[in-house]
Amino acid sequence: MTAILTNLFDGVAYGMLLFVLACGLAVTLGLMNFVNLAHGAFAMAGGYVCMVLVNLMGWPFFAALPLAFVSSAAIGIALERTLYRHLYTRSHLDQVLFTIGLTFMSVAAVDYIQGSSRVFINLPAALQGQFDLFGVGIGRYRLMIIVICGLLTVGLQMVLAKTRFGSRLRAAVDDPRAASGLGINVPQVFAFTFAFGCGLAGLGGALSAEILGLDPYFPLKFMIYFLIVVTVGGSSSITGPFLASLLLGIGDVAGKYYVPKMGPFVIYTMMIVILIWRPNGLFGRPAAR
Amino acid sequence: MGAASDVGYHAQRQARWHYGEIAFWLIVLACGFVFPSRYLIMTDILRLALFTMSLDLILGYAGIVSLGHAAFFGVGAYAAGLLALHGIINEPVLALIVAGLAAMVLGFATSFLVIRGVDLTRLMVTLGIALLLEALAERFSNITGGTDGLQGIEMQPIFGQIPFDMFGKAGFFYSLAVLFVLFLFARRVVHSPFGLSLRAIKNNPLRAAAIGIPVNRRLIAIYTLAAFYAGIAGALFTQTTAIASLDVFAFERSADLMLVLVIGGTGYLYGGLIGAVVFRMLQELFSTITPQYWQFWIGLVLVVIVLVGRQRLHRWVLYVPNLIIRQVAGRKAVVAVPESDA
Repeated sequence: MTAILTNLFDGVAYGMLLFVLACGLAVTLGLMNFVNLAHGAFAMAGGYVCMVLVNLMGWPFFAALPLAFVSSAAIGIALERTLYRHLYTRSHLDQVLFTIGLTFMSVAAVDYIQGSSRVFINLPAALQGQFDLFGVGIGRYRLMIIVICGLLTVGLQMVLAKTRFGSRLRAAVDDPRAASGLGINVPQVFAFTFAFGCGLAGLGGALSAEILGLDPYFPLKFMIYFLIVVTVGGSSSITGPFLASLLLGIGDVAGKYYVPKMGPFVIYTMMIVILIWRPNGLFGRPAAR
Repeated sequence: MGAASDVGYHAQRQARWHYGEIAFWLIVLACGFVFPSRYLIMTDILRLALFTMSLDLILGYAGIVSLGHAAFFGVGAYAAGLLALHGIINEPVLALIVAGLAAMVLGFATSFLVIRGVDLTRLMVTLGIALLLEALAERFSNITGGTDGLQGIEMQPIFGQIPFDMFGKAGFFYSLAVLFVLFLFARRVVHSPFGLSLRAIKNNPLRAAAIGIPVNRRLIAIYTLAAFYAGIAGALFTQTTAIASLDVFAFERSADLMLVLVIGGTGYLYGGLIGAVVFRMLQELFSTITPQYWQFWIGLVLVVIVLVGRQRLHRWVLYVPNLIIRQVAGRKAVVAVPESDA
């Protein structure tokens, strides 16, 4: 029984992490209809920035996390303004080719700078080990992830639902032409959202170094996971991707624990079945465009 | 002339063999005699060309974007490997066809999943199927040899007459023959009324359905055919290299394939052949400059191609040849790549 609860806990932490990693993609892919396969590259960038700051420059872990967010967001906005912007109206094939190209470049570049082996971030002592709560083993690091990611999720939902920016974004997504007719600066809204999504990915990358492992192949290895979260979760709200991440996280952890031989088989099958059953995602609505 | 006969007239003109095409194949054949020390790399290019032609059939003609075409390549490769390893079918040509059919069956089964949904769902489903097969091949390592791959494959002589030699001469001409036969068939298919209906579907599925084209059935048919081609390419890979390992299913293989096709241009069948040559040359060039990081430059090529625009790029490439052709044969004979977006 306690093993089940521990697995559930780990799965939730894993799922929360996936959500933070992928929710930027939910906006670009789900809302802006741009196939961004290079999303993992931004996550990797954040992870490596955090690693360099903590391990080589001796920054405290919690001070490095915001910087991972900022650096990924900066890279994101730079690329959005210079390159991505021109591709919003292009065909999906062009978008796929372009972002695969970016992914390959990022993999080789990180390999060149940091080497191809897996890197670890030195964690403060307070985050290591685990403690017992009613007999259930709770990892401190995973608990921190759940807290941080939970707060972020609530924050995001509030921003989207309650603020002026949130309503602008929703309007811009629903009908860009009408939105710009109403005086909303649509490209600016998209650029800002894109950068924020990249920043979140960077933060997720920094947090995931301990759990998912961080090496130059990160963007390729986890690309499918991010895509699953978005396509299965649908794009009507952030609740869909959130639930999809939790499902995926719990499913993957349980799958690896109970049927280790089946590997990622369960996840892929689940994804294909769900996509056949509901092409717009479990919680999706028919595409607006 | 009525509209129908008009269409027929233009279709037939398009389908006629041009001098350029005959010259192209003669050059390919000549390469086999001119560079006897380069059989291995040339065989590699031919395999890649066949594989790319398979993607061209679905992407260039039917407009299906696939990120998991390596699935069929892998099935063909493992089928050919297993057939040879266990001595079930010793004759390479027969084994080739059986391996192609195995991929074809998978293609037919998965085509029902692929024709549902839009671009994005297709991308995900094709990618998912390839990953699924890779996971399966890893799981059943007692059959597939796991990460070590199939080892100790001994190829029997072709038709019991021509043995595979270590310089790859037989392998090269064998691959060339297979490629040429399949090219002829593909050429016939895309210029047939069936092929024309595929183009109509690609341009506008709704309109195609409205003029009475059974859209889904056509897509299933071409997807199945493309799977057969990819399976043959995979089988050729195993037969000429005598190995089959897990990386036949790798995502990079599908991604590279897209790059090859895009370099060569979609929708006129020669794109795969030209793209394969250019891609392998680029790869050789980059790996001599930076052995470990050639992927960076491949990625850069992709990004630049997309940013410059595929159509514009092809116009630039054809500028000089067209200038010459215009001088020699007049304005009418100009070569144009019938490029359109998927």
